[in-house]
Amino acid sequence: MKPAVWQRLDGWARRLAPFLSALLLLFVGTLPIRVPYLGPVAPDFAIMVAFYWAVHRPAAMPAWAVFLLGMASDMLGGSPFGVGVLVLLVAYWTTRSQRRHFIGRPFWIVWWGFSTVSAVAMILAWIVVCLLAVRFVDPTPALFSYLVGLGFYPLVSQFFTGAQRVADGRA
Amino acid sequence: MARNPRPIMRIASPVRAWAHRFTYVLLVGGAFALMLLGKTDAGLVERLRTGVTDALAPIMTAVERPVAAFESGVENVKSLFALRRQNAELLAEREALLQWQSVARRLEAENRALRTMLAMAPDPRTRYVTARVIGSSAGAFVREVLIAAGARDGIAKGQAALTGDGLAGRVTEVGNRSARVLLLTDINSRIPVLLETNRHKAILAGDNSNEPRLLFLPPGAVPAPGDRIVTSGDGGAFPAGLPVGIVGSVDEGVVTVVPFVDWDRLEYLQLVDYELTGFIGNPDGAPAP
Repeated sequence: MKPAVWQRLDGWARRLAPFLSALLLLFVGTLPIRVPYLGPVAPDFAIMVAFYWAVHRPAAMPAWAVFLLGMASDMLGGSPFGVGVLVLLVAYWTTRSQRRHFIGRPFWIVWWGFSTVSAVAMILAWIVVCLLAVRFVDPTPALFSYLVGLGFYPLVSQFFTGAQRVADGRA
Repeated sequence: MARNPRPIMRIASPVRAWAHRFTYVLLVGGAFALMLLGKTDAGLVERLRTGVTDALAPIMTAVERPVAAFESGVENVKSLFALRRQNAELLAEREALLQWQSVARRLEAENRALRTMLAMAPDPRTRYVTARVIGSSAGAFVREVLIAAGARDGIAKGQAALTGDGLAGRVTEVGNRSARVLLLTDINSRIPVLLETNRHKAILAGDNSNEPRLLFLPPGAVPAPGDRIVTSGDGGAFPAGLPVGIVGSVDEGVVTVVPFVDWDRLEYLQLVDYELTGFIGNPDGAPAP
């Protein structure tokens, strides 16, 4: 019965690959990389995670996993608790319902889709943070973070393509 | 695919769609519940957070080392190119500082003499703990850093965090071996300060931009750009006189402050253990050991 156990473990590891790679990315995102002007405007990796998997393999990243990732990102970052979860779920849901527009299309169309979804997510996050703080919060860091995120997306997309290969058993 | 789906499938797919929608409603509801929890029971969220960061702190410290080494390497190469210019600047600065040193010595002696004449109570003893910055805030709406020191190193809530340049923020959450420092630029940061020249008191309030504002200046106080801002020591949490920054601009009553701290280079923070339990101190009433 030993091979069966190993096979099952292997299967689990493969199924968890998308989730674990996303967690790793979130963790890397909190490391202090003191590049001038990038410090306070580190990109929001969580939104890339939600977008990528909603487009390419929603089954590998179900909604509850997105929920957990949102919680992890709220724990690691210091943003008001629950905001990350809400924003991620909305981004994930929007992307998932529109995924037929992105499948099998050239990369720049997917990238364009990401720019739209992450813009909506940023604005939503900003509104919720303002409401929770009951005052006007300066949106410029969020804007920079959004732009940096756009630049990072192709890289992250490559990283997840690797994770997807592992999940599919092609590596 | 069968042309006529079996009856069971015809029922199952709407049920599945409904279950799908229900999951989303449930999860979004969960998100709102978490927000509510964060607003009402801040203590629980804080304990959760410190638990997570405590567990991750050793890994973060380990990973931070090579990153820091790489950065200092880059910095070394950069400074090679600036050597001549820097040397000239430093020589000039040394001249100026030597003059200041003599002034400071004279003032210190004078101060000591005056204090003895007044029989003034000495300031509480302060103790410094230096900690490495191992994480920065991941979100665009917070200005926080994680440090690799916690309760076991004598870190307590409310302590001031300094760099060599000036005040950076204050400790808000303390784990066993990690702690969070809320930077003074964060929207939730309020620090009692005063204008060094005319001793007017004010509150330094962050707004997530790099230049926090001065609030509650007394009427008639007109700060000029370049005025130094230091902590006032009100509230008993911080020692008085820690350098904070200079007045950047004064525009229609809005006074912005440029902090002395270089936010791109937060590598180590010095935590000031000030032996007065202030109002911002730990509500459990447990001062640092």
